[in-house]
Amino acid sequence: MTPMKLETRHKIARFFQYFVLIVVGFVMIYPLLWMIGATFKSNAEIFTGIGFIPTNPTLDGYVAAVTQNYGGDINIWRAFLNTYSYVIPKVIFTVISSVIAAYGFSRFKFKGRDILFSIMISTLFLPQVVLNVPQYLMYNTFGWINSPLYLPLWVPTLFATETYFVYQLVQFMRSIPHDLDEAASIDGCGPVKILYKIICPMLSPSLVACGLFQFMWSCNDFMGPLLYVTTPTKYPMSIFVKLSMDGDAGFNWNRILALSLISIIPQLVVFFCAQDAFIDGIAAGSVKG
Amino acid sequence: MSTASAPVRRSPFKKWCDQNTGLFFLIPWILGFLIFKFYPFASSLYYSFTDMNFFKGIREYGIMNYIDIFTEKETRTALLITFKYAFITVPLKLVFALFIAYILNFKIKFVNLFRTVYYIPSILGGSVAIAVLWRALFRDTGVINTMLGFFGIQGPDWLADRTWALFIICLLRVWQFGSAMVLFLAALKGVSVDLYEAATIDGASKTRQFFSITVPMITPVIFYNLVTQIAQAFQEFNGPYIITGGGPRNSTTLVALLVYNYAFKENEMGMACALAWVMFVIVMVLTVIAFSSQKHWVYYAD
Repeated sequence: MTPMKLETRHKIARFFQYFVLIVVGFVMIYPLLWMIGATFKSNAEIFTGIGFIPTNPTLDGYVAAVTQNYGGDINIWRAFLNTYSYVIPKVIFTVISSVIAAYGFSRFKFKGRDILFSIMISTLFLPQVVLNVPQYLMYNTFGWINSPLYLPLWVPTLFATETYFVYQLVQFMRSIPHDLDEAASIDGCGPVKILYKIICPMLSPSLVACGLFQFMWSCNDFMGPLLYVTTPTKYPMSIFVKLSMDGDAGFNWNRILALSLISIIPQLVVFFCAQDAFIDGIAAGSVKG
Repeated sequence: MSTASAPVRRSPFKKWCDQNTGLFFLIPWILGFLIFKFYPFASSLYYSFTDMNFFKGIREYGIMNYIDIFTEKETRTALLITFKYAFITVPLKLVFALFIAYILNFKIKFVNLFRTVYYIPSILGGSVAIAVLWRALFRDTGVINTMLGFFGIQGPDWLADRTWALFIICLLRVWQFGSAMVLFLAALKGVSVDLYEAATIDGASKTRQFFSITVPMITPVIFYNLVTQIAQAFQEFNGPYIITGGGPRNSTTLVALLVYNYAFKENEMGMACALAWVMFVIVMVLTVIAFSSQKHWVYYAD
């Protein structure tokens, strides 16, 4: 093979690589781009073409989405407020309780630790569907169903019940050298102080990643609010969007698409501000495992 | 009580405390596990052998729920559809994820941009907003059919069509292959360049190198993705609940949705628990099979 031919072949390969990436990437992102365009179209125009750019841009969809309310009970702002009133505590408590549990698992030796650790790992494989009914009955006994404070949605996270994060943090903590805690311990630091003075600062990128993932998942969570929130005034965004979609029976598409888009804007902003944390967070978690 | 005896009596306790500092940090987790995991887990098994009803309580004990699950059409169909769903979604998702990660791993320009584009669906895909979008794309006069119309093809009413609806639900999850892709990409970066160089000198083609070097070297991540994706697929709830409501004619009623319907629509909580347990056992068996097959195909360097 002459060097010339090799170079041509190489160029063809390159071309195909970019070609596939661009075509598949376009297919992947097309629905989202179409959605953004559709929110500025009139209902008459939405399904007449497949392009992004509206011929007669209108804000009707947004106006309708922002002003819509169901008997004055719930509107978009209220739904946002409701969502974050439990998502934020959930994120904070998850990170704190998970780091404490991970610290106990990864930095100390004691009788029964390995058994407890195996139990923790096995709960990773425990499907939520199996727990739903008894949890519902239990929260019902506690009087937590439809709790104005959303108790069933965040109280469990105080107790490191989000096993996935505990497991991830254990993996990260194991990679921090023990010399550091030993040195601190000789200097008179107690175990609690070691945790927040030494371990937490070193773990901060992972803690941020855990917080970000929990934020995304909690905002997306649909089944939790579906089971435990029944008063319309307390509906979070996920239920509100579903309600609006059902209420529409398919004619006000620009409104429902605008509402959907607004509902994911905070998540998009968080993602774009912290992309690397997300992607590194996923990649780092699995390599050892 | 003499002053001398006090430290003697306290010291075993102190010693115990020193040996078990770690346990102290696990107290919240242990409580959480017992209250929010173990108790519901055990009582779910217990309820599965009863006719527990939210309003009527328990009147009967036995294995009737399990008999119903394996004899009645509704539950058997749901199990079958769930298998179908998992066996379409998981392989497609992993193949796409690996394929794109493989291309991204050639020194591509704008790799971060591409990675972001491919990853966005994963982060947003679980939201209700995306389910709404899916309905807009696949309704009878939706975007996909408008597109097909340009080629003179009259597309079906995807979500009202019994043969297509399940596939559209699958597609929503396949579209979210980004997180599996990120994992593959990290694994591919870890494969030593020396191996490829040696293979090139030996005259191995790119395809051959892919199947003989790349795939074997990243089997741990393939394994990880496979196990997590199977577990997720069997629990799928949001897609069918929001997009199709289980229809048309139960063709997208996956097990998790049927469990929900039994428990919270018909208040038949015993039946719901039994069905959840059947699904749990299926996932467990598949996971155990995957773990025990590891030694035949998963390569661990150390």
